[in-house]
Amino acid sequence: MSYFAFLTEHGPTMLLGTVTTIKVLICATILYVIISLIFGLMRLSKNPIIQGTATVYIEFFRGTSLLVQLFWFYYVLPFFGLTLEAFTAGVVAIGMNFGAYGAEIVRGGVLAVPKGQWEGAFALNFTPAKRMRKIIIPQIFPIILPPAANLTVELLKATALVALVTVVDLTFEAKQINSITWLSAQCFGTALLIYYIISRFFLVPFLRWLEVLAARKVGKEIK
Amino acid sequence: MNAEWRWDFAIEILPQMLLATLNTILAAGVGYAIATIVGLLFLLGQRTPIKIVNIINREIVEFIRSTPLLIQLFFVYFVLPQFGITLSAWVCGMITIGLHFGTYLSEVYRGALEGVPKTQWEACRALNFSTFYTYRKIVLPQAFPIAIPGMGNYLVGIFKDTPLLSTIGVAELFHAATAVGGYHYRYLEPYTIVGIIFLMLSIPAAIWIRKIEKNVNLAQGKIKKEQL
Repeated sequence: MSYFAFLTEHGPTMLLGTVTTIKVLICATILYVIISLIFGLMRLSKNPIIQGTATVYIEFFRGTSLLVQLFWFYYVLPFFGLTLEAFTAGVVAIGMNFGAYGAEIVRGGVLAVPKGQWEGAFALNFTPAKRMRKIIIPQIFPIILPPAANLTVELLKATALVALVTVVDLTFEAKQINSITWLSAQCFGTALLIYYIISRFFLVPFLRWLEVLAARKVGKEIK
Repeated sequence: MNAEWRWDFAIEILPQMLLATLNTILAAGVGYAIATIVGLLFLLGQRTPIKIVNIINREIVEFIRSTPLLIQLFFVYFVLPQFGITLSAWVCGMITIGLHFGTYLSEVYRGALEGVPKTQWEACRALNFSTFYTYRKIVLPQAFPIAIPGMGNYLVGIFKDTPLLSTIGVAELFHAATAVGGYHYRYLEPYTIVGIIFLMLSIPAAIWIRKIEKNVNLAQGKIKKEQL
């Protein structure tokens, strides 16, 4: 069977899987961005309870493997009467795992805002909340976006794991087609190529554009 | 199914899980050893003065880095036999992990080499040292401490990615948990124990790496003692 014939026969199925992969990617990215902002700021709180909660959360999710968390969400939570759909479990597990990594990036970003900005806000008698919202947060984006972009590419790769909890994504389809046709090189090769194309030609340029945008917002220019 | 945690069941399966943990540690160790060497090869490809080698090397690294480890595992495991090379799941897993993380480590090495100030090279040039001597005596001893934190992080990273090996049938910790869970039809204890074991191994490792990083920074004079 030529590769072209393979593509005409199984290409549409793989594309359907790709759509699911992109859905997982988008949902998990939104979730992880929200979680990292919340926990990143909580980590900087002076209140030991808030800070402790964030630290425990971050260490827990960074210390265990994503696959273990995914299976825990999907297979163990039903024991507690909370049954998640495979797709939801996948998005939640990935979002929470990457949120823990992202929180550390946010924390680093807030700490990297020049001290003069804090002092300036203080001198202008801003309340702590206003200082955060108006002065500090807008400035962290150019700092956190480059590492966050790397993390998002990692997240795209991690979406492949949801196939193991029966989400019908690109990886799942590739495995399925492989078990029917045994054309392993074609199926997995195509799947690898699709992931590569998404990452190299869509995700990375988009994130790069965001970086430029964020830098311009605070009056920096990056090449 | 009930949500109750059964201690007797947990204790019953614990020895089996601990035994499988040894396999996980072994897999992480071997995978890491391969990755450090593969990383050096990619670094060599990056630094050779031949342009075409650089480009090919960079594209390979980019490709491996931006595709999921899971599919790479499937690819190596299912495709190689089509070309008449039949390897065990263990060997396939080790090769894939080695290749995948080798690309990451090559970046760590590159960063470390670039972290050595240019003046060091110029001084060696002025003293008429050979390239080999420069690397061995001047550059590498300075680059290595810079590389330690990154290398340590990827060791933990590999450790946390070893559960993926269970998908091609390597009998490591996660594989054992799935097998035990399927046999007794109780997933609560096995997967929770896996999580706890991972925590107990990776948090001390992370703390240890942070400590090394601090020591390295101290030794290099990047931070002062008072700042700690």
